[in-house]
Amino acid sequence: MIPPRTHVTEEGWRQATERLATGELTLLGLWADGADVSMAHLDEKTADIGVLTYTCEDGRYPSVGARHPPAIRLERAIASLFGLRADGAPDARPWLDLGFWDVAQPLGKRAPAQAPAPYEFLPAGGECLHQIAVGPVHAGIIEPGHFRFTANGEHVVRLEQRLGYVHKGIEGLMQGASLDRAAKLAGRTSGDSTVAYAFAFAQAAEIALQVEVPAHAVFLRALMAELERIANHFGDIGAICNDATFTLMHAQCGILRERVLRVTHACFGHRLMMDVIVPGGVARDIAPEGAAVLRTLVAEVRKVFPALIELYDSTASLQDRTVTTGVVKPDYARQFGAGGYVGRASGRAFDARRALRYAPYDLLKFDVPVLDAGDVNARVWIRIREVEQSLALIEQILDRLPAGEIIAPLRAKAGEGLALVEAFRGDVLVWLRLDESGRVARCHLRDASWFQWPLLEAAIEGNIVADFPLCNKSFNCSYSGHDA
Amino acid sequence: MRKTLLEGLTHGPLTEPAPAPDEAALKELAESVERAARARLGRSLSIRQVDAGSCNGCELEIHALANAFYDLERFGLRFVASPRHADVLMITGPVTKNMREALLRTYNATPDPKWVVAIGACAADGGIFAGSYAVEGGVKDVVPVDLHIRGCPPSPTDMLKGLLALLEQTSRKA
Ligand code: SF4
Repeated sequence: MIPPRTHVTEEGWRQATERLATGELTLLGLWADGADVSMAHLDEKTADIGVLTYTCEDGRYPSVGARHPPAIRLERAIASLFGLRADGAPDARPWLDLGFWDVAQPLGKRAPAQAPAPYEFLPAGGECLHQIAVGPVHAGIIEPGHFRFTANGEHVVRLEQRLGYVHKGIEGLMQGASLDRAAKLAGRTSGDSTVAYAFAFAQAAEIALQVEVPAHAVFLRALMAELERIANHFGDIGAICNDATFTLMHAQCGILRERVLRVTHACFGHRLMMDVIVPGGVARDIAPEGAAVLRTLVAEVRKVFPALIELYDSTASLQDRTVTTGVVKPDYARQFGAGGYVGRASGRAFDARRALRYAPYDLLKFDVPVLDAGDVNARVWIRIREVEQSLALIEQILDRLPAGEIIAPLRAKAGEGLALVEAFRGDVLVWLRLDESGRVARCHLRDASWFQWPLLEAAIEGNIVADFPLCNKSFNCSYSGHDA
Repeated sequence: MRKTLLEGLTHGPLTEPAPAPDEAALKELAESVERAARARLGRSLSIRQVDAGSCNGCELEIHALANAFYDLERFGLRFVASPRHADVLMITGPVTKNMREALLRTYNATPDPKWVVAIGACAADGGIFAGSYAVEGGVKDVVPVDLHIRGCPPSPTDMLKGLLALLEQTSRKA
């Protein structure tokens, strides 16, 4: 159970910041609401989550990022969106606001936008350095973002990202929205994780409204979450191999992914399973033939996938590209609280399903694979092992799927809720505050990518520029989830 | 690896028969393509995809177009890396304010004749994101659009139908 928020003084805020800086606590999120800033933190030993709120004076609060770098971009986003300033912050440049909006601080005290100051990228020192600017429009079918490389010959000396191009203002659209509409918006924060977002949003709403979700719906949610996970992992494994110019794996994994999506369509009427999870339960039941179709799928994947794993493992030219490429040091993974395969390939064993044991995972058996190498190869292997675990989970869910209702009625009232759900790329955090009419007063959505993007900057250092697409794909951070 | 390759050769193809071109798409195109300066492209189009603010759901289904089931390339349709090589811009998402300029530049970098296909509910009119301080609107609010393929996201089959209709129009003699 996640306890309600605690209001703290400046002293309490600073103490928590210190505990983040010493590694005693992990930062899960940092967001604003009016004049309040809140942080969620995790004690990894006990899996206890705490949420602290500090009310700004004159729109200022003590910087967390000054002591704990993972907070820097979050603070920059708060400044750009809400106009609240982090005192002592090491980086005062805007974030998400690229200078194209008509309003400044759109979620705080709105003001007409000023002409933006030129954006200075961080410097890199040394001889014979050159810069390569990439994006926002990239060469492939990929989301937009800007990458500024400083290189010495082929070797990357520094990468700096500039993101925000797909910022749609989702948290702004949420304010005042009905629960229905807000759930749809949450499910479109990052399309590849639509199930996880809808799941997390629904959980937060159900905590706020104190609703018990029918067991049948709870199991269906996990079923969809695992299907989403394997579909994405197949896509990623194929795409990573493709970026290492091994197209055979790409083609084969593409077939597996398509098979999963056809099954999800047959079971839930939508290939990506959008809008199926709603506050209170699920909007529709699994199709009558769903269980049978799913069992066939699991059997089929079990037949084909081992040969592909073998192919991956025994192709020297592929391993040559993925092994020791793009290493994320375990220390960084821990410091940033990197979730998903990025964290678990670098020794951080956190998985929200395991740590928080939210229903129905408290009743299901599964392993959380962890590796230490932290390279592209390790991130591929975590995905491979997770596919196997998800297949087993799907079987367990089908075996014990309880009968019953699909949705519980909701009664509008004021309340708050925080949820953490394990998406395929890592934990998604949703914090929600509802007003008396049951509408959204404030909702914050934090993608796993927030704590992974900065690690990509570190992972590429010393690698060659040509390996960047491979490293990037092995992270597969969400631009939309981050920019929101 | 040899085994996987051999299996690929001995099993029947997964690729499915082509769907019929979409009727509504043919109608929408009849108007726009007629007035375009028609260069002879043969039955082949190069597509440049641009994400102008999507949630990435549309991209997933665009990726699927290349898989063995839909096999876009058999129709002479292929994705290219640069707008300078493109005949078609396939644009997703509501156009965010932050992407407007980049989209315009991409459009201007694409040589004439060119066609713009707006993919998804968001690309049509901003969709669920319409009205946000950060969203400009649909694709047509920024660049002229020849064809809309709706859906959230549209299925690969729907996209294929629309693209086949486009192919039919562009390769028809003036
Ligand atoms: S149409 Fe749907 S899937 Fe496509 S970008 Fe919009 S919300 Fe995402």
